[in-house]
This record gives sequence, structure tokens and C-alpha cells, in this order.
Amino acid sequence: MNHRLTDGGQVMHVDTLARVEGEGAMHIELRDGRVIDVQLRIYEPPRFYEAFLRGRAWTEPPDITARICGICPVAYQMSACWAIEHACGVTVPEAIRLMRRLLYCGEWIESHALHVYLLHAPDFLGYDGAVDLAADHPSVVETGLRLKKAGNQVMTVVGGRSIHPVNVRVGGFHRMPRTSELSALRPVLEQALEDALATLRLVSGFDFPDMEQPHEYVALRPEVGYPIEEGRVVTSSGRGFDVRDFPLHLDEYQVPHSHALHARLDGGTRGPYVVGPLARYTLNHDRLGDLARDAAREGGLAAECRNPFRSIVVRAVELVEAVSEALRILDVWTDGAAPSVPVPPRAGEGFGASEAPRGILFHRYVLDADGVIRDAQIVPPTSQNQAGVEADLRALVEGWADLDDHALQHRCEQAIRNYDPCISCATHFLDLSVDRS
Amino acid sequence: MAKPKLAVWKFASCDGCQLTLLNCEDELLPLAGQVEIAYFPEATRAVVEGPYDVSLVEGSITTADDLERIQQVRAASRRLITIGACATAGGIQALRNFADVEEFRSVVYAHPEYVETLDRSTPIAAHVPVDFELRGCPIDKHQLLEVLAAEIQGRAPRISSHSVCFECKRRGNVCVTVAHGTPCLGPVTQAGCGALCPSYDRGCYGCFGPQNTPNTASLTTRLRVHGMDEGQVLRVFRTFNAASEVFLRASERHETARTSEEVTP
Repeated sequence: MNHRLTDGGQVMHVDTLARVEGEGAMHIELRDGRVIDVQLRIYEPPRFYEAFLRGRAWTEPPDITARICGICPVAYQMSACWAIEHACGVTVPEAIRLMRRLLYCGEWIESHALHVYLLHAPDFLGYDGAVDLAADHPSVVETGLRLKKAGNQVMTVVGGRSIHPVNVRVGGFHRMPRTSELSALRPVLEQALEDALATLRLVSGFDFPDMEQPHEYVALRPEVGYPIEEGRVVTSSGRGFDVRDFPLHLDEYQVPHSHALHARLDGGTRGPYVVGPLARYTLNHDRLGDLARDAAREGGLAAECRNPFRSIVVRAVELVEAVSEALRILDVWTDGAAPSVPVPPRAGEGFGASEAPRGILFHRYVLDADGVIRDAQIVPPTSQNQAGVEADLRALVEGWADLDDHALQHRCEQAIRNYDPCISCATHFLDLSVDRS
Repeated sequence: MAKPKLAVWKFASCDGCQLTLLNCEDELLPLAGQVEIAYFPEATRAVVEGPYDVSLVEGSITTADDLERIQQVRAASRRLITIGACATAGGIQALRNFADVEEFRSVVYAHPEYVETLDRSTPIAAHVPVDFELRGCPIDKHQLLEVLAAEIQGRAPRISSHSVCFECKRRGNVCVTVAHGTPCLGPVTQAGCGALCPSYDRGCYGCFGPQNTPNTASLTTRLRVHGMDEGQVLRVFRTFNAASEVFLRASERHETARTSEEVTP
């Protein structure tokens, strides 16, 4: 909805943002070509997870917090497990870390394929949605759906089901998947690798608006490999710290127009920070496997990517990486590892983080000696990205004020989708409106 | 004949049940040939005006605005089908029903006054007539496709309301309770998942809600025999379908017996 104000101002407002996960809106006010206000409004009703986790047992967060998000339940399960295990002083063996990474690769493949093909590509190709896109380009959508299905198959074998997997527990898994179950994934993943490379070729040919944003990038960086299930925190300003120190740098604050808390790093002195594919790639491209690194080069990505619209290319590179990594894990996996290790409770505080498809997901728990949760804090990626999204909208509206309302509004919606916002996650969020005065 | 118009609506939820529709990778495009996807914001910007032949509703009612919106959805829908534990039972967010929502709001938000919410999370059927309820947290995609096929064909959906135990037998699972002493909600929980948890060496945790003839009192005795204390019995009924009547009554029986010190895995 667009309307002119009697004083010459203008409002652009989108009530229900489409092709995002959850409920949100956009509201932009312009006066004499200057942006007065930009709000990404998250009106998704709050569900109060951090409150009702209090009083629950230390064994429960993986099943409970998965329900924060149907798109990235594994991210919640993994960050929860790391945090609880940290609180209890338990380190899991390498085999369990590796199986967590395989499960997580499945979620990245499913979530990135969903976003690239069903949510984001229609913007670049000029369609309302994937069903319309499929009418003209069936093989494109079929490739996307096949890739998405491959991710779901990995999650189903390792986790029991793709939405809210049942097999994850604090300390590891209820049952390790058998080699015979895993080997069925190999042909699926080999096809997925071809599909991921085809995805890269498709999206790198899209037309990208010129835009460079100076946001501070924040991502995890593990000892070896590309960041997925764990790592320490690194930033594009050259800082690095352990996950346990994240709260010392992070400050969450509330704005009236959002049910999702905003976040600042180190008091916000360096401007908004963002998490997600651009940050991960820029801070960790040296960690990509050979295939993904070649794909990045073929996709025209330099060592740093600062154009939010190119996030779709980075997602395609990460699809190549996630599929290759899943195949690598299948290569080295052997039967016989214990599915879990005991995690007896103790009083203490634990911190955990992993790279959800949308960026760093941080959990913190305080337990008493009996393992009862006394305090819980969950910082999802979309919450952290709100300030960056609003800054992008502001830059975009000021740079493209000559576009007609319809085109401008569409581009703004697209700018929001660059971040693959997951509003169900963030509220524990999206409504779009532009006001031109 | 015109294709039936399908709408997908979201209330308080995690998006997982509507994602189940997008997870029908092999069936999504053929389905789009059978029905007109008229309103589905997660999948398309295009909006076709109502009324709609079939509305799928995900999520529970937790705000004053949503109380009004569900009435509009009902008025615009010939058939209304609720999908998932939030829409059919209030979801995990119904844990607020047992607590002080003001306190909840202040635990999560520094400015609770910015956040509007009702003090209870309630299922859709508490507010408007519902034509069919599809259970699960999340729903099962094969059951969703059966419900949609039934709607297109104008017949009743073939969805069983018996227990998870039947599915374990059919799948050839060894009973985790009998063989391993693992506490399991399978005997009182509605089938539909395919007995997933026992197939992964764990007890069912009730995410499809109660089956049609549940004996929770008898099951509770078994849960205690297999090592659950009052707090655990209370919590196992009070999680994803906490406000469904059968599980609600089962948890209330244990509320008084619970001693807060006793929390074990």
C-alpha cells in the first residue's frame, strides 16, 4: 500500500510480507526524497520460550527449542546441546560431532534450496512465486525441489524426520544411523551435487542491483572446515572471541515496532552487524572445500561479498559446500560409535552457538545442581539482522527514490528477502510500509 | 469445473506445518494443477480474493487481533481444516496457560508494554467451527496429502485415531517399554508419525496428542514403574499438547504430587 500525505510526504507500507518465514511488515516514510523512518515490523505473536524453559529439565531444550522454528529446528537442537553440555562440563566425542555436522548439512541443503528456489529466485526472474515460475520454467523448479528433498532425506535418515527431528539428545543421539541407512543417501547426494552446481550457474547469471553495505560481519570459525555446527566468534573488524564471551559483546534491546529484540555488538559503535551467508563466506572462504571454492570463483565472488542481493550466490556456494561435506562424512563414517555420552547435571552456566542457515544462533542456560533450568537466553539470527535490514532499506530507498512506487516497494521486499528472515524464530517477526513526505 | 481455491493461514506457530506442504516435493506441482493456490504468503506474493474452498489453518490464537482474524478466515472459507498441535491444541505456547503471562512477558521483554498478548493460547476450534483437525507437531506429509486428496474428491479423510502402538507393531518394532523399560507415551498417543521415536530407540513423547480411547491413569503407573518421578510425568504430558483435554487432565493429577526438587532426566 502506498499513499501520499497532504504535506507532500509519502508512506509505503506492506502489511504481510510474502515469501518469508513468519509474519512481518515493512513501513517506510519519505519526505523530500529523504528517508524519515524505516521499520521492519515483526508482529508475529510472541510465544515466550525463554520464560517457559525455566523449571524444565536440562534434557528438554533440544526437543522444546526445535519448535521455535520449523525451517531450522536442527540449528536450535545443536545450539541447545552445545550450551547444556558446556554447562555440565561434557565434551562429546568426534563421531558425535561429525554426525551432528551431517544432520546440519541436511538442514542447510533443505533451507537454502527452499530460499533460493521458492522464496528468492522468483524476485530475480519476475514471478510472484515458484508455482508461477514452474509454469514457464519447470526444470528450474524441479531442480530446486529435488535439491530440497535431498536435504530432507539426510535429515530424515539421521534425525527421524526433517521437521522437528526426534533423534537428537543432549550428549548425542538416541540411535546412530546405520551404515546401510546412510549408504542410501550417497546416490541422492551425488545428484544433489550436480543440482547444487546447476543452482550456482543459474543464480550467478541473475541481474544484481549495485549496492555495497559496510556492515560488520560476524560468523563462527571452527578449528578446521567451513563453519556449520560450531566454532569461535570472529568479526570483519578483526575481533575474535569464544562463544562463552558473546554476551560480553552482545546487547539486546527492544524497539516498539518489533516483537523481536534487536541486537548490537560492542554498543553498536561500529554500526549494525549482520550474520548469515555473506558474513560466513567473507570470514571463512578460505575454509571452503575445493568444489565450493571453484564454484565461488565461477559465480564471480571475490574474497569479500558486500552486496546483500548477491547473498543468493553465496547460498548456492554453500549448497555446494554442504552437499560435498555430507558426501565427505559418508566417506569416513564407520559403524560402531556410541550414539551418546552421559551428561549428568551440575550447577552452572553454559553457552552454545552454531551457524543456522540464516546465521549465528546463540543459546545460554543456567542450571541448578539438579539440572533444573533457572534461566534461558536465545538469540536467533533474524533478530541480530534486523538493524542491518533496516539500514539496507534506508540506503536503498535513498538511492532509488526515482523508481516508481510499485518498483521501489518490490525492491524493498526483495532487500528484506536477501536476509532470508525467519520471523517465527525472531519472535519469540515481518509487515512492510513506505511513507513519502 | 473451476479448480478449488486453497488458502493457507498462519497464527502463532513455528511455520513447520505449512512447510510440510512445501516439503511435498514430488506432489507440489501436480497439486498446483488440481487446486488453485489462492492465498499462501509464505510461497507467493499473489493473492486471489476469497471466498476459499479449503483453508488450512496453522497456529494458535494468542492475540486480540488474531481473535478477530480467525472469524474473518472462517467467514471466507467453505471448509476449514486446522493443521498441527498449535491449531488443534494450543501448541507449546499454551504453557502460558499454567503461568502468569505478565511474568512471562517481563522475562523475555524489557518493555512488556510494547507486546500485546492474551493470557492463554487456545486452539482454533475454541473460537470457530472446524471441519477437520489434523494432528501432529509437526503434521505428517502423507496425512496432509490424504486430507487434501479427500477434500478434492469430496470424501472423508482416512486418518486413524488409534494409538502409536499399532504403528510399532506394523513396523515390526520391538516395544521399547516392554523390552528396555523405556517410558513411552505411545499407548495414549494418536498414530500418524509412523512410530518414529521407538524406531529411533526412544519413547514416544506424545507430539500427535491423545488417541481416541486413552487410559492415561494406567499408563502413568507404567511410567512410574519405569523410573519417572512426578515432575517428569507432569512435564511429559505438559509439553507440545499441554492444553488438549486428555493430556491436561493427566498433568493436573500430577501437579499436586509434584515436588519441585525432584527433577531427573
